[in-house]
Amino acid sequence: MEMTGAEIVVRCLEEEGVKHVFGYPGGAVLYIYDALYAAQDKVQHILVRHEQAAVHAADAYSRSTETVGVCLVTSGPGLTNAVTGIATAYMDSIPMVILSGQVPTHAIGQDAFQECDAVGITRPCVKHNFLVKNVKDLALTIRKAFHIARTGRPGPVLVDIPKDISRDKCRFEYPKTVTMRSYNPVSKGHQGQIKKALSLILSAERPMIYTGGGVILANASKELNRLVDLLGYPCTNTLMGLGGYKASDPKFVGMLGMHGTYEANMAMQHCDVLIAIGARFDDRVIGNPKHFAQNPRRIVHIDVDPSSISKRVRVDVPIVADVRECMQDMIEQLEASFAAGEKTNTKALQAWWQQINEWRQKDCLKYDRKSEKIKPQFVIEKLWEVTRGDAIITSDVGQHQMWAAQFYRFDKPRRWLNSGGLGTMGVGLPYAMGALLAHPGAQVACVTGEGSIQMCIQELSTCKQYNLPVKIVNLNNRYLGMVRQWQEIEYQKRYSQSYMEALPDFVALAEAYGHVGIRVERQSDVEGALRDAFGKYKDRLVFLDIITDQTENVWPMVQGGKGLTEMILGAEDL
Amino acid sequence: MKHIISVLMENEPGALSRVVGLFSARGYNIESLTVAPTEDASLSRMTVVTTGSDDVIEQITKHLNRLIDVVKVYDLTDSNYIERELMMIKVRAAAGKDREEMMRMAEIFRGRIIDVTDKTYTIELTGDTAKLDGFIAALDEAVILETVRTGSCGIARGERVLKI
Repeated sequence: MEMTGAEIVVRCLEEEGVKHVFGYPGGAVLYIYDALYAAQDKVQHILVRHEQAAVHAADAYSRSTETVGVCLVTSGPGLTNAVTGIATAYMDSIPMVILSGQVPTHAIGQDAFQECDAVGITRPCVKHNFLVKNVKDLALTIRKAFHIARTGRPGPVLVDIPKDISRDKCRFEYPKTVTMRSYNPVSKGHQGQIKKALSLILSAERPMIYTGGGVILANASKELNRLVDLLGYPCTNTLMGLGGYKASDPKFVGMLGMHGTYEANMAMQHCDVLIAIGARFDDRVIGNPKHFAQNPRRIVHIDVDPSSISKRVRVDVPIVADVRECMQDMIEQLEASFAAGEKTNTKALQAWWQQINEWRQKDCLKYDRKSEKIKPQFVIEKLWEVTRGDAIITSDVGQHQMWAAQFYRFDKPRRWLNSGGLGTMGVGLPYAMGALLAHPGAQVACVTGEGSIQMCIQELSTCKQYNLPVKIVNLNNRYLGMVRQWQEIEYQKRYSQSYMEALPDFVALAEAYGHVGIRVERQSDVEGALRDAFGKYKDRLVFLDIITDQTENVWPMVQGGKGLTEMILGAEDL
Repeated sequence: MKHIISVLMENEPGALSRVVGLFSARGYNIESLTVAPTEDASLSRMTVVTTGSDDVIEQITKHLNRLIDVVKVYDLTDSNYIERELMMIKVRAAAGKDREEMMRMAEIFRGRIIDVTDKTYTIELTGDTAKLDGFIAALDEAVILETVRTGSCGIARGERVLKI
């Protein structure tokens, strides 16, 4: 049977098991919207208020599940509005398919109304993109897009569909498999390298396991937990890797990096064997690479993307592999070795743990618990308590993001959704929307600040339309806090443009959108307000406007360009 | 150090700009770049001449491999290879003595005169980059009217082939 291109698009989504599409209609995608109208019972379309939010929501849908997020935008401004979302997903390797409308093929290059070079604009921030020029190629192209998005190092893939292609007809057949001679990602690690890595790992005196978002993306959390527990080695997670290893375990030394714990950063610097899994040694994680290289250590690096290996730090045993398969191999071989009587270096390990526990005594995440002003760290600790550590937490970008990462102890993967790579303010609310649609009934909190939340505030309207009971925890310090912190420390307290003179009444604003707004001004009211949000107002969106201590800073801090252990632990170090 | 990297890739629209975009986005150098379809019209072969430290070259080849359209990447400089570039150069050749001199120079460099007017010669010359540079250096600057060069392409010596 012949179908229009638009019908083919929708059928492809059904074939891929897509339940939700986030989008915004416009001229170039009207045929596709018409086809969606007919398939409403199979694919639900979520109408956002700005295309950026559509991409973020689809991105979070993917982050919180193991599926490929899908969004649909129109040509021209629809696409350009989506670019921030696409770049955000690209930096964090999130599998997504972005469908964009394009002007009809005969009009391409004519500066037509709402025309832009979608594949050109998005080329540097997608894993791959396609412009479909013939309706006969449409199904295969979409099939390829999903395949590329979810395999290897995942990432967003854009399919640009001119309007006439969505109108043209052809026979529909969804390809069952897809083979591409130019694209064959590896999954199995080189066995010789794995053996080499294991002998190095077993002989370590001061081992350290450092894992990133790759563990989450590869659904390898179970394997990581097993591996760490089997070895009894300390483990740290990057911002993107939180939840990969259970934070409640004493072997977890906290997040590392610019705002990592003292013990994690010290252990990174002073270990003799570093096992890096699905992480990429980026500047926010290891600080100055020259300083990092001052301490000799042997490095095992497992990553699915060869270009992440030896990019910023030379490694000794590179293993290109799907981190889950590789860890499975390692666990199997370790179990066999242990059964055969082989051991880790117990004595050295004991001394190493003693050292780490000494570093822990610094209590680097301490803050003034008796403060009259509301401390943001306190709010996150209460949030953890009230949700029993079992919520999906989304965040925006800034101080609140770091506090959430430090104080909400994630025991499970895919519970922590934030823009780690691109650092996109405004993701928090759309991320919460995506997470709630993927997990109806789940506790979802968006930890944000009064700066970030205003970047996608219009989505309060979308939340009303789809009845999404997000709990917004707005740590309102009336400053762009992270900017203010840097200005305090590095720019002689010249607070240039980091103070917003006029803020909306967030309670009234939430109410205007049909939600519940609660202002919290005393530390003693924090817990009650959180309990109300997750209890009394369980089914409502609640905007908690929490007036926090204006000058609280995120500690520890490694300033840009400094070495990982050159930490400022608090105001007393300034 | 100079490296000559051969890239076999899908002959798809946009493939070239993906490569060029990669080099500019990551701050890698391109000294020259040539591309044309191979005997199999579905594939293009590109030769990129670039410079960089070993670390940079390693990243360049890894990132080229990461592009979805790229089938194979081969750093020719890793082994013996042949490099050729084509140049056409238009020179002033008006007086009898100058014309003879120019013809002799072309012969020495094994060039061919492919177009003649009363006042000019156009010479075709192939060789590696250094040879073409050498020819230009051997001429008096004032006689050179125009040059056009293709950029280098390269192929491995011996039986080694870059194919699917």
